Parts: sequence; structure tokens; C-alpha cells
Amino acid sequence: MSPKKFDVREHRLVPKHERVPLPEATEILKELGLDPTQLPQIRASDPVVKAIGAKPGELVRIIRESETAGKTVVYRIVVVG
Amino acid sequence: MSYLPQSTLKVLEKIKFGVLSPDEIRKMSRVQIITAETYDEDGMPIQGGVMDPRLGVIEPGRRCPVCGNTMHGCPGHFGHIELAKPVIHIGYVKQIYDLLRGTCWKCSRILLSEDQIKEYLSLMERLERLFPNLKPRLIEHIRQKTAKVQECPHCGAKQKKIKLDKPTNFYEKDKGVRKLSPDEIRARLTHIPDDDVRLFGIDPKEARPEWFVLTVIPVPPAQVRPSIMLETGVRSEDDLTHKLVDIIRANNRLKESMDAAAPPIVIDDLWELLQYHVTTYINNEVPGIPPARHRTGRALKTLAQRLKGKEGRFRGNLSGKRVDFSARTVISPDPNISINEVGVPEEMAKLLTVPMRVTPWNIEEARKYVMNGPYKWPGANYIIRPDGRRTDLRFFKDRKALASSLTPGYIVERHLIDGDIVLFNRQPSLHRMSIMAHKVRVLPGKTFRLNLLVCPPYNADFDGDEMNLHVVQTEEARAEALELMLVQEHILSPRYGGPIIGGLQDYISGAYLLTTKSTLLTEEEVMDLLSVTDYKGELPEPAITKPVKMWTGKQLVSLFLPPNFNLRAKTSVNAGRLKCEDEDCFNDTYLVIKKGKLLAGVLDKKSIGAQQPESFYHWIVKEYGVDYARFLTDNMFRMFIRYIEKHGFTMSLDDVEIPPEAEERIREILKEAEEDVAQLIEAYRKGELEPLPGMTPEETLETKIMERLSRARDQAGEVAAEYLDIFNNALIMARTGARGNILNLTQMSAALGQQSVRGERINRGYRGRPLPHFKPGDLMPAARGFVYSSFRTGLSPVELFFHAAGGREGLVDTAVRTSQSGYMQRRLINALMDIRVEYDGKATLPDGTVVQFSYGEDQVDPARSDHGKPVNVDRIIERVIGHEL
Repeated sequence: MSPKKFDVREHRLVPKHERVPLPEATEILKELGLDPTQLPQIRASDPVVKAIGAKPGELVRIIRESETAGKTVVYRIVVVG
Repeated sequence: MSYLPQSTLKVLEKIKFGVLSPDEIRKMSRVQIITAETYDEDGMPIQGGVMDPRLGVIEPGRRCPVCGNTMHGCPGHFGHIELAKPVIHIGYVKQIYDLLRGTCWKCSRILLSEDQIKEYLSLMERLERLFPNLKPRLIEHIRQKTAKVQECPHCGAKQKKIKLDKPTNFYEKDKGVRKLSPDEIRARLTHIPDDDVRLFGIDPKEARPEWFVLTVIPVPPAQVRPSIMLETGVRSEDDLTHKLVDIIRANNRLKESMDAAAPPIVIDDLWELLQYHVTTYINNEVPGIPPARHRTGRALKTLAQRLKGKEGRFRGNLSGKRVDFSARTVISPDPNISINEVGVPEEMAKLLTVPMRVTPWNIEEARKYVMNGPYKWPGANYIIRPDGRRTDLRFFKDRKALASSLTPGYIVERHLIDGDIVLFNRQPSLHRMSIMAHKVRVLPGKTFRLNLLVCPPYNADFDGDEMNLHVVQTEEARAEALELMLVQEHILSPRYGGPIIGGLQDYISGAYLLTTKSTLLTEEEVMDLLSVTDYKGELPEPAITKPVKMWTGKQLVSLFLPPNFNLRAKTSVNAGRLKCEDEDCFNDTYLVIKKGKLLAGVLDKKSIGAQQPESFYHWIVKEYGVDYARFLTDNMFRMFIRYIEKHGFTMSLDDVEIPPEAEERIREILKEAEEDVAQLIEAYRKGELEPLPGMTPEETLETKIMERLSRARDQAGEVAAEYLDIFNNALIMARTGARGNILNLTQMSAALGQQSVRGERINRGYRGRPLPHFKPGDLMPAARGFVYSSFRTGLSPVELFFHAAGGREGLVDTAVRTSQSGYMQRRLINALMDIRVEYDGKATLPDGTVVQFSYGEDQVDPARSDHGKPVNVDRIIERVIGHEL
């Protein structure tokens, strides 16, 4: 639609997203005591997910500024859609 | 109850809903209902009618012909009605519509190719396993995809458009428009294969699509729709019974017409009538059709209406039940009981009971209760033997023998006594402080008594408010209530890091008057003040020894402070001419507490008030614990009240009266403003008014006028405040924050100022003018709701009208706001109530789904935090060394 393409990751309101490699992802899930279905989800069609090239089933780490805790790390699992 | 064996409890794993098939309906039916007649001339139910005795007995003394039980044991039995022609079930219209649109009219296959079917089926199976919450999205996707297909991939038939004419009529659009009869719809649905049904999100084992079109309907047991006998002996039937009779009547007429081979128009009409009756039997609030009505004109309450809404089965009877061991009455204040007590009328205490298990240690006490019986407090209403048999003491004559027969193991249901723990609640229960645990104080009278200091958390006043009380029955519940719900555990609110309980009104005025510099008390007065508290120690050294011993109020307050308490803080009265920036304060408006001694400053709203974070009271609660805070609140605060009682405190007209020269100055200020406004209007008329950015000239004028007038009112207020005696009671209340503010006082003594409706000067009413007293288009302050008078001088009729207009808006706003925020609260709570914090700090749903990886991202409890921060370093330093760095 828009004529000019830009990288959403550049926007100041978009927190840092990064793909988590599979071995590390299993590690993290073990640490958190969660199975993948209990994670919050993010769609594969999400602009940031497309930008970093994560595929369904992958884990995405989001690092953002938090009003209460300074910096906070959360995880999303990429789902179809 | 606690004495039931726990091992019989099972855990629900899942619930699955399905649709009754016609076969199932027939199988569970005991009798086919064929006649619309209910009773014969003798009042006996007719066999095959809707009150057939085989549907269950509800008359006492009769036995059920099916199960042989009396009315207490018979669970009721279903019947059924065979419909002459099928009708659409109103609850499944949406599904039928989707199915018709998504399948081929000719071969009834889903409008997807074999490959796609296979693909979607396997995707659906995987989704169900891994992400069940995504399944609805896939189903929606399939629904939209199939509805668009033009040609059947299976038989190649061209697809026709299906139209739904709400509520129950389906049409097929090809060249012309043709109505689809329920017969035809049912035939199409029957031919859809099971796998295709699955793709629509329907489990064909539990709900075949053809079951959405009714061929037979179940008749619920008599217990579900009991008839009521009126005093006149006339029988009045339940709404459902009426509706069933309508269905049978319509059905029989349809059947007769069909047998008589009546013309299709007649049959179609009767068919439609049957559809109407079946639809309204299920749901009488379907949009697009008139609701079925009772003879009196009242709309019938049919199946859906029994379940839906606030008074429906779910919200009214399952989520919300009426409970035993509860009481409700009007509340009234009692400043002499503790904040964690509640006064209970003796009459109520004799009806509310607590089960008390008899042990060797309490057997004598239990005997005493039994001996006193149900009518003498403190007594007992029931005893329960170890074998579970209950004895009602109301009907037992020889209570003395009964009392001596008590042995350990018996349970005595004794009356409520002082010290019992109960839950106390005021609606609306918006936050957790709306239900707190209190200790009982049985008192004479007919109202619940509560300490005034717990009014803020309940948001209660005594203009007729009623509250509820629940008596907890088990030891576990008592322990939880005592540890978690007791009033003092809720002094700090999680809403903002500060106390929600604290001084208000007279407590604040009293504290100010007591601690102010000029207060000196004789020994007698000191004794009197301390006698209302639990203070047991020595009197301190008097501040003045000659000619008589005198104590200051600050000394009395210091008696209750912890010996190592340090604090320096501004007070509410620290403002205007009495402003001070540090503890070297001549005006005595800077609070200084060192080593538990109140050295300077006064106590007022900023230090002891409710909802004042980082105050004297807040630090006491935080640093010395809630039990100490309760002690302080019960004793020191009671002393404040005692002092204001002795001192006397009132407000009169004189308190807001100002000298003539002040009135003159105020008139001058208002006149000046009026002239400025006239100039602004003049400039606007000439078109010389420079519009403010983003505003029309009219808006600019209004903004400037409003701004000028509010400045005038403020100036007038300042003048008035200047002339008011600083120790007049009205001003003391405003300055200490006990009640009212300076603005209220200026409105009373100087001028009321601008009245507004919807944030604008009052401009509604007649064309170009709010009232016929003004010329059209008059923009001067007086013609737009500016009130020059004060409450003391009195308002002119026109001014009074403006004031009423502004006042009414406030009332309407509160009414609208409460209903809207109430609904929002309900929806938020429904969405969030299941979230809990795990031991590792994750916020999750009960199935383990993560909501927050770490509660609040920092795991800080707002009730125990300082402005959201876990520690307040400045306060720690002050506490330790007595002053800031």
C-alpha cells in the first residue's frame, strides 16, 4: 500500500525484537517451566516478525523499556496467521 | 460442609456441549404429548396432555406412575411432541446459514476441493492439539472461503446465493428468488458428510447439522414448569406450559390440514404459525418477531429468558446465591468501638450461629450456652450429636438434661458473641476493602455500628446505608479472615501506595486544635483526654509548672508515638501567609517529630488524613506494623474527638461575613472584570479580536471571557480570605483539610462566580439568550451565568436559575458515570479474575498461560511500595539520623 518502505524496527515506539535460536529457546522454556502452548503468541504476519524473519514455532525475545522495572525481557511464540 | 468426607470430590476436566438428536429426544421421553387439553372437568390432568402425570408428580401425597416416588423423590420425566412438519431451531440459525452457504445445493459437499479438505482437516487436528485457542480463527477462515466459491469442486454445479431473512426464513437466489422450506433445508444438511461438517467447527458425533432443524421437541418435566394455585383456587400455569399448549395446538391444526389435503397456502400459513410458536418457546426476545404475550399483555418468560441476564439462572442463581449465616441492616456510627470491630444487634446475635466443637476445655462454656437456649443471649440454637443428628433447642424442653449429656465430640451451634470474627461488606464491592473481617461487639439497638474511620474503604455514610454481615463457619475460614481480611490489614491500599483508612472531618479539626501552639491543658483536662484512651503510663513533665501545671497537646500526642520515630513534613496549613520551608518555622506549620516526640508543627490532613500517601500515618503503618497502627487509630484518634467535644466546634454565618470595605473591593474587582469583558466583546464586534490558534473568533472570545472572569473570582476570593479571621472555624476546616476548601469559602463570602454547563458559559434556553430577562445576543457576564452574589448575600432569581442549571449537570454526570463505570468494572473483572501470581513471580491463567513473565515487570506489591519503588532511601536516612542529608 504505502509507496515508501521503511523498517518498522527503526520506529522509536517499537521495542527490540530478536529471534531466539532453538537450543537457547528450549533452555529458556525449561528455565521458565513452560511448554510452548503456554507462551503469549505473536502472529507471523506481525510487521516486526516479518522484518526479523521469524517463522511459526520460533521464539521471539522482546526487550523493552519498562516504566516500573527499567528494562524488561519477554518472550512470544510465533504462530500462523 | 466441613464434616463431609472429602474423598468423594471429583475434579471436572472438561465440559462438552452437543445437540439433542431426534432419536435421543424420543428415547428420553416417557410420553408423547398429543393434545392441547390440560385438565378435564374434574380438574384431573388429561393423559397425553402437557400436565400428564407421567411427566412427574408435584402434588404432595401422590406417587409418580413412572418411577414410583413421591414429589420429593421424583426427579421428573421428559415427554415429547412429534411435529407435523420440521421447523428451524432459532438458536442455530447462524450455523444453518453458514452450512447452507458453504455446501453445494446439489451434492451437499463442502465447497472445497478434496486436497483442501484433507489439508484443512489435518491442520485442524494439529491446532486442536497445540493451540486450541486458534481453532476458531481457522473455522472462520474456512467459513469465509467457502461462502465465496461459485462452482462446486465436486459435482461442478453452479452455486446459488442463499439469503437469510431474519429470523428464520431462508431464500435461494438464482434467477428468481425461491423460499427454502425447513424440509428442504433439513434434507440438504442431512447429506453433508461427517468430515465436511468437522470443517465448519461442528463435531458430527455430538451435533449432526440436520438436528438443527427440529422434527420433534422435548417437553420438560412438570417440576420445571410448576403451576401455581391462587387463593381463589384458580390454577395458574407456568409460561412454558402456555407456550407448549400453543405449539401443540398449532401442530395439531397443521396435521389436520395436511391430512385433509388442504391447499398449500393454508398449510404454509399454519406451518409458519408453528415456526413462530416454537421460536418464541425457545427465545421470546428474538429481534424481528413480536414477543408472545400473556393474556394480561406481559411478555412470556420462555427458555432463553430463564437463563439470560442478571436475574437469569447463571448470574442470578449459580454465580449469585443467597446464603445462610448472613445479615443485613442499616449502619450507624460509633466512635467508641475499635476500627476492627462491628456492633451487632443482640436480636441478630441470637439468630446467627457459630458451630462450636465440644472439647474437655470448653465443655462448661458449651453447657452454659445450651442451658441458656435459643432465646437468651448468649445461648445456642442447635446441638449436633457425633452421629450427625441435630436437636433444635427451640423444641426441646429439658435443656438442663441436654446440657449435662454433652460430651466431647458434640457440636453446639452457639450464638454470636463478642470477639467472633465476621465478614462485613458494603455494595458495590468495587475493591478488596469492600469486604473486610471485623470482630463482633454485641450491642443493644437494631443497627450495625462501625467506627467512622472505616467509612472511606467502604465508601459508607449514615444517610440510610445498609451493610451485610457474614458469619464464617469453619476454623480455616476464621484463620484466613483473621490473617488476611481484618481491617488493619487493609489500612494500606494497593490502589496507591498509601493509607485508605485515616482521619477525616472532626478527627482532623480535633487533631489540629489539640496540637496547635496555643492549646494548654490543665491536669484535669489531660486526665479526661487520656481516660478515653488505653494509655496506662505516667503523665509527662508539665510544659508549664507555675502558677498551675499545664500540658501542651503536642505532649499528649507524643505519648502515643514510638520512641524512635523521626519525621519532618509539611502540613496542610503550611500555605499562604503561614508558609514555611523547613523545621525552623515560626508559624508552627512544619511538622517535626524526633525520637517519638512531637516537637513542632500541627497534625492535620497531610499527616493523619485518609488517602494521604507519604504522611505521618503512612510511615507509622509501614514502619511499625498494622497492629500498632490500629492501636494508634483507636486511641490517639479517640483523644482528638474527645478534645473537639470539649473545645466545641461550630460554624455560623458570621464565619463567612466580611467587612464592608472588603465587599467594596470585591465589587471593584468584579466591575473591572466586567469592563474588560465589555471591551473584549467590543473588539470582537469590530472584528479586531485576534483569534487564538485553532479557534474561531467566537471561541476565542468565549475563552478569553471565561479566563478573565475566573481570574476575577480568584482575586475576589483572595480579598475575602484576607479579611477572614484565620482562627474562625470555617477557615480552620478549610486550612486543615478537614472539610471544604478556600474556594467554597469564597463562594460563600465573596461571589459564586461563573456557572457552566458542558464546560461553556450558560447559553442554552431561548434563541440567543438563556432567559427572557436579557436581550438576544447579550454576551455580558450577567447574561451568561456569572453570579455576582455570594451564598451569604443570597442569589437573585436569575442567578439561582443559573446555579441550578450548573448543579443539575453535576447530578446527571454522576448518575451516568456510575452506571458506565460499573459495567466496565464487570467486564474487566470477568476478564481478569482468574489471573494469579505463581510462586516464581509469573502472572498466569489457571492453565499456565503466561500473562506477564514477572508480575508488574518488577514484582513489587503496590501496597508496600513507595510511589511504586520498593525502597525509599530518603525516608530510611531520615528515620535513622532524624533529618535529611
